[in-house]
Amino acid sequence: MPAKKPTKTSGIKDLVIRVCVGTGGLAAGSQEVIDEFGRQLKSYGIKADILKKCVNKTGCRGFCAKDVLVDVILNGKSETYQLITPENVARIVEEHILKGEPVKEWLVGPEYHAFHDKQTKILLKECGHIDPEDINAYINIGGYEAVRKIFPLETFEVIEEVRASGLRGRGGAGFLTGLKWDLCSKAEGKPKYIICNADEGDPGAFMDRSVIEGNPHSVIEGMIIGGYAIGANYGYVYIRAEYPLAIHRLKIAIADARKKGFIGKNILKSGFDFDIKIKEGAGAFICGEETALIASIEGKRGMPKAKPPFPAYKGLWGKPTVINNVETLANLPSIITKGAKWFASIGTEKSKGTKVFALTGKIKNTGLIEVPMGISLKEIIYDIGGGCERNRKFKAVQTGGPSGGCIPASHIDMPVDYESLMGAGSMMGSGGMVVMDDTTCMVDMAKFFLTFTQNESCGKCTPCRIGTKRMLEILTRITEGKGKEGDIELLLELGNDIKLSSLCGLGMSAPNPVLSTIKFFRDEYEAHIKEGVCPATVCKALRRYTVSAELCKMCGKCFKACPSAAVTWEKKQPAVIDKTKCIKCGACYEACPFSAIL
Amino acid sequence: MNEKKCLAILDSYREHGGNIISLLQEIQESFGYIPEDVVFWFSKRLNIPASNFFGVATFYAQFYLKPRGKNIITACCGTACHVKGSAPIINKIREELKLPQGETTTKDGKYTVESVACVGACSIAPVFIGNKKVFGKMSMEKAAEMLKEIDKGKGK
Repeated sequence: MPAKKPTKTSGIKDLVIRVCVGTGGLAAGSQEVIDEFGRQLKSYGIKADILKKCVNKTGCRGFCAKDVLVDVILNGKSETYQLITPENVARIVEEHILKGEPVKEWLVGPEYHAFHDKQTKILLKECGHIDPEDINAYINIGGYEAVRKIFPLETFEVIEEVRASGLRGRGGAGFLTGLKWDLCSKAEGKPKYIICNADEGDPGAFMDRSVIEGNPHSVIEGMIIGGYAIGANYGYVYIRAEYPLAIHRLKIAIADARKKGFIGKNILKSGFDFDIKIKEGAGAFICGEETALIASIEGKRGMPKAKPPFPAYKGLWGKPTVINNVETLANLPSIITKGAKWFASIGTEKSKGTKVFALTGKIKNTGLIEVPMGISLKEIIYDIGGGCERNRKFKAVQTGGPSGGCIPASHIDMPVDYESLMGAGSMMGSGGMVVMDDTTCMVDMAKFFLTFTQNESCGKCTPCRIGTKRMLEILTRITEGKGKEGDIELLLELGNDIKLSSLCGLGMSAPNPVLSTIKFFRDEYEAHIKEGVCPATVCKALRRYTVSAELCKMCGKCFKACPSAAVTWEKKQPAVIDKTKCIKCGACYEACPFSAIL
Repeated sequence: MNEKKCLAILDSYREHGGNIISLLQEIQESFGYIPEDVVFWFSKRLNIPASNFFGVATFYAQFYLKPRGKNIITACCGTACHVKGSAPIINKIREELKLPQGETTTKDGKYTVESVACVGACSIAPVFIGNKKVFGKMSMEKAAEMLKEIDKGKGK
């Protein structure tokens, strides 16, 4: 493109433009925004080599609700724009970059700052600020320093440091990482393995994906530290094939780390060999369970085995193996460089450090957040999340995915740590937080999760395979208005039996969403069964369709859509639905352009 | 059956000392799905019972035993997408493509509509993926646009 106007560009001494290219950003069109910045700047005669340096791709910075987010850092002064589309770029370049006057109405508002103010960022600190595909960007901020620091130490000293930090597994159960390493390092058998569990299967969770997409080297560095501590020379990253961008960036990161000599033979002349392989999962939720994950890497059906023997003694190919979650591993470089004391100073007595949550559902500020352990649910939902969408009433929050439970609005002051969540019938899980308002039906929610776990049950144990099926049948009939007296008691009995008699975590926790919703929202179950009403008007079969004479514009679309001739309508007359003929298919509701059918 | 393709896969399998999952992944990469006769071919060559292959293939969601459509639409059925109303949009798309109940691929082999547990892009729920491109904050109107876009790009 020829230079379109002779414009002074001499005022630009230093220019950096950062655009988020996480999966959320890309779907919102960040690549198009980057391309447009390139075109625009080029048209003003700013040289391409400057361009390459100044338009930076970064990983997710968490505030996905306002994507595409763009930082313009001009001569050291940073401004952040939100909801940017390619059409906005020309004005930003002209007014901000060339004239030095930021476009005020597109800058981020107070909610952006509120979203970040209550957070404590360790893992996500660099996500959204460094280029995840450039190893030098990571090294420049002190990356791989921890690796240098551990080599002069004895392995037990590294383990002791991690144990003293109080770091617990971020995958869900919260086992002490230092203890796990200690067991494995003392186990007999060679070679040993360290596996990074990136099989983030919980629906409603995307922390691991974002950490890998935003800062893949922190995970690799964590694996090297873990490998050194337990005496493993091989590492595997077991990652979901549903995360193509994360896999792509991880591959680049591993190749770069190998080139720089951080992985491979005789790392940094320490005499320690370590290499990492990526194993793509093939789509099975159960493979997040340790023994199933191991079976899957070995090429078998991912079915869990009875523990003990624990993987720390007999894991991959029958050898001692440590499996750590992505987030756990990504915490390690900071623990080593800043020390166990620093890490242990954050959080509560039993839950140390921070936790990343994926805040989603019916909340204003959706996105990825990192908060100190022990923060209250209220602070997360109202201060960071900004409350429910359209200011609706907050009803419950679901944590821990299909293994967790729903925590009702009445428990909103509860601190978020491993023990408190467990006490409320839920769990930390990997960190999904799905917010629900008064338009969410809790029975439908329980049914949704049970459909998922039923589907993903590997079929090995009868209680899980058949028990969840029976529970699902009962829930289905309740949502269809065919619930019977005694169904709630039956669900409770079945749920408790399944929990007691299943082999692995999937079966042991599958009934949790049902049990916790019955505990806190029993009235909703009863309304479905006894009155035939869905209070949130979600369950289609329980809806009673009527036409609002006030809103009806008499267009007749519902009349045409009705398959059972239940709608009577004449021109210039509001439609009427005959309840005896209505089959509750919802066709009229979908067809009405004026939301006049209630 | 394309024996040449099979031999190439067999070579790489022997070279890399792979396992059944990676072998099936390669078969699917090469054929687009897991054809029955190909499984029997490998079963004979490797002296592994075909039931082992089918056992693994049916266990994991990502193996397909039937041919898939040219264009693939993946609906995310994660919690956030469910709460934000993905189900009616899926039904609308299926209706639009005239997919009979219980089928995932259209008769002419043009489209496959499938669902996946969670693509991990919950903040832009509901999420759909049309031919590997992510479409976020989906609505009925945007679904129609997505179908148009896919239709335009066909034959690529």
